[in-house]
Amino acid sequence: MGIVRRLTEKPWLSPGLHLATEDGAEVRALPAAAVGLRVYFGVATVMFMLIGIILVMRMGGHGISEAQAPDWKPMYWPPLLWFNTAVLVLSSAAWEWARAAAQRGRTRGLRAGLIAGGALALIFVIGQLVVWRQLEEAGCGITATTMSAFVYLITALHGLHLLGGLTVWGRTTAKVLAGRDAAQVRESVELCTIYWHYLLLVWIVMFGLLLMI
Amino acid sequence: MAYSTIADDARPMHHPKTWVGKYVWSQDHKVIAVQYSVTAVLVGVVALVLSDLMRLQLAFPGMLKFITPSAYLQFVTMHGMIMVIYLLTALLLGGFGNYLIPLMIGARDMVFPFVNMLSFWVYLLAVLVLMAGFFVPGGPTGAGWTLYPPQSILEGTPGEHWGIIFMLASLAIFIVAFTMGGLNYVTTVLQARTRGMTLMRMPCSVWGIFVATILGLLAFPALFVGAVMMMLDRVIGTSFFMPALVSMGQQTNYNGGSPLLFQHLFWFFGHPEVYIVALPAFGIVSDLISCHSRKNLFGYRMMVWAIVVIGVLSLFVWAHHMYVSGMNPYFGFFFATSTLVIAVPTAIKVYNWLLTLWRGDIHLRVPMLFAIGFIFTFIHGGLTGLFLGNVSVDVPLSDTFFVVGHFHMVMGVSPILVIFGAIYHWYPKITGRMWNTLLGQLHFWITFLGVYAIYLPMHYLGFLGVPRRYYALGETAFIPHSAHVANEFITIAALIVGAAQLLFFYNMIWSYFRGPKADPNPWGATTLEWQTPETPPGHGNWGPKLPVVYRWAYDYSVPGAPQDFIPQNVPPEREPLRPVT
Repeated sequence: MGIVRRLTEKPWLSPGLHLATEDGAEVRALPAAAVGLRVYFGVATVMFMLIGIILVMRMGGHGISEAQAPDWKPMYWPPLLWFNTAVLVLSSAAWEWARAAAQRGRTRGLRAGLIAGGALALIFVIGQLVVWRQLEEAGCGITATTMSAFVYLITALHGLHLLGGLTVWGRTTAKVLAGRDAAQVRESVELCTIYWHYLLLVWIVMFGLLLMI
Repeated sequence: MAYSTIADDARPMHHPKTWVGKYVWSQDHKVIAVQYSVTAVLVGVVALVLSDLMRLQLAFPGMLKFITPSAYLQFVTMHGMIMVIYLLTALLLGGFGNYLIPLMIGARDMVFPFVNMLSFWVYLLAVLVLMAGFFVPGGPTGAGWTLYPPQSILEGTPGEHWGIIFMLASLAIFIVAFTMGGLNYVTTVLQARTRGMTLMRMPCSVWGIFVATILGLLAFPALFVGAVMMMLDRVIGTSFFMPALVSMGQQTNYNGGSPLLFQHLFWFFGHPEVYIVALPAFGIVSDLISCHSRKNLFGYRMMVWAIVVIGVLSLFVWAHHMYVSGMNPYFGFFFATSTLVIAVPTAIKVYNWLLTLWRGDIHLRVPMLFAIGFIFTFIHGGLTGLFLGNVSVDVPLSDTFFVVGHFHMVMGVSPILVIFGAIYHWYPKITGRMWNTLLGQLHFWITFLGVYAIYLPMHYLGFLGVPRRYYALGETAFIPHSAHVANEFITIAALIVGAAQLLFFYNMIWSYFRGPKADPNPWGATTLEWQTPETPPGHGNWGPKLPVVYRWAYDYSVPGAPQDFIPQNVPPEREPLRPVT
């Protein structure tokens, strides 16, 4: 039953138990946590999108009189950013590996995928912190230019999201290392994998936007 | 593939044993709802006192020595922020959303009870940080609830050192709390409805709260981003919103930022916020009117669609708050048009409420009084909105008391009347006790007539050109003596209305201990929350078996039925189980 049909139902006409929705199977095609996570993606997308819009407007000199001197300077892009991006891609791939292993019930593959995925994400976060340091040394600290302020803001918010994911990763990995069955952690591994892919997408889009402007 | 959520989990629920587990660190949606509501109302009382202090200053300038110009601006700011966000949003979504959603859709609890509990405690933290702003050096910020930069973080604005930091931090924390709660409400509505509860069988209250929550989840990120960026501007010295400027004779280090960007972000949140508050009120008042006029809701589907359409449209009107900020005239045209288009679904709702009342068996019980009062104040506030939605009329009226009168009628008084109505309506279910009718009626009439005495003259003051946010009017040529008299009148009315709320608090607290035991369904309502096996509902809401829903929420006065209402969980007689055609 499509959404239009559901919203055009005339509820006063047909009292009774509707078999089509009787067991709610269609409604609950996903577990609650998966739905909750997708709703959260909506929230985070709006947040990053707004930052992107503000970035474009701000760099375009929105609302600034022409008499004012331009406030941006050439930006230094540490090569490390590319390395970090590659690490995050690998981290996502490792999660995909863990997910496949969990689905097939292979505990060893799951363990390896989990450890690799988490460790790579940690390397990414540390790498971003090093990028901050390098920016500062190159004279592009947070207050130095408009662009660097946005770089700090975006990397910080993205990094915080990744750290949030890492706490779930920590709990899941602890369970797996304690010898829990793959089936017991399958749902959280799946959700983490989706979350990691989402954060990878956000990073690529935001990084690309920063480079393009 | 049926996953079990907490709503239909067959395993026995975890029942907390200790008092602390039951009432403090509770994961029960009903307890969390009460925690949210009580916190919101307490902080709302602070804002109410602030408004009376502001009124005293306006009517009798200089009478109270501690109300300095700075203090006045701080009162304005804190009053606005508390009322809009920490009272209305928290009470309607955190309070009523938490209480009503699981009970009305036939679930045992929210789908993420732990996150739900966390949501309340983070909200409480936000309130504490906000209140801490009163005690930091320099006091809370006095930048107005809109917090427009650059002035909000520059010298000359009260609380520019610490107050603004506490305000921004508190807002960011609140948004985290709201997001945790909001994810819960949306997912619960989508996932945890009981058997037979199709989307179009949900009561309008749930629809209003559901759409408002989605709106909040889309709009609050804008405020979050704005708050974080302004915090960076203030604390670290970035220039997101701060242009190159000279402050107090000193060239600042800021350069190139645009204050207008903040205004866009703020109002991209700020306008949907009006509907985040209004939509739950619309939904709740629909249920109150239908139940107390013993008649099915007129045009239920239209009502639901209107809620959705209003929600969508409200994301496209934000710049009508910025007509005087300077923008391309074509933008003004666009935003004026989209603003006026919202009048269509809103008018549908108003007509449907009136048509629900039409030839109904109206019972003027206290909740119904408030519901009908809401229709008055909402029409009134909505009509003045038509004035302000038009650029050419808005420009002269902007920043006058006309605006104050308008938005207090439409998003201050109207939702508050619904909240009162809803509290009177559901109080017997929440506490298992009945309140005192006479006190309730007295409370209604003083409040209802009182708000007209307060806000109608404000429109007149606005036409005269009396500016808002001014500490004192002083001697000016264009403000006649009658304006001062009107100000005194408004203040006296505001003090009376403020004091009358004591009747409400007394009634609620006294009845909680001494009120007569309430019937499980005193209003003869059809919705599920009145059909619980226990009153107040126990942990898990429904006893061993979840209710099954057979009909919509508005089967009142059905011809041939033994009673004048048929609850949603009563199966149709002689009607076999049948598939959907």
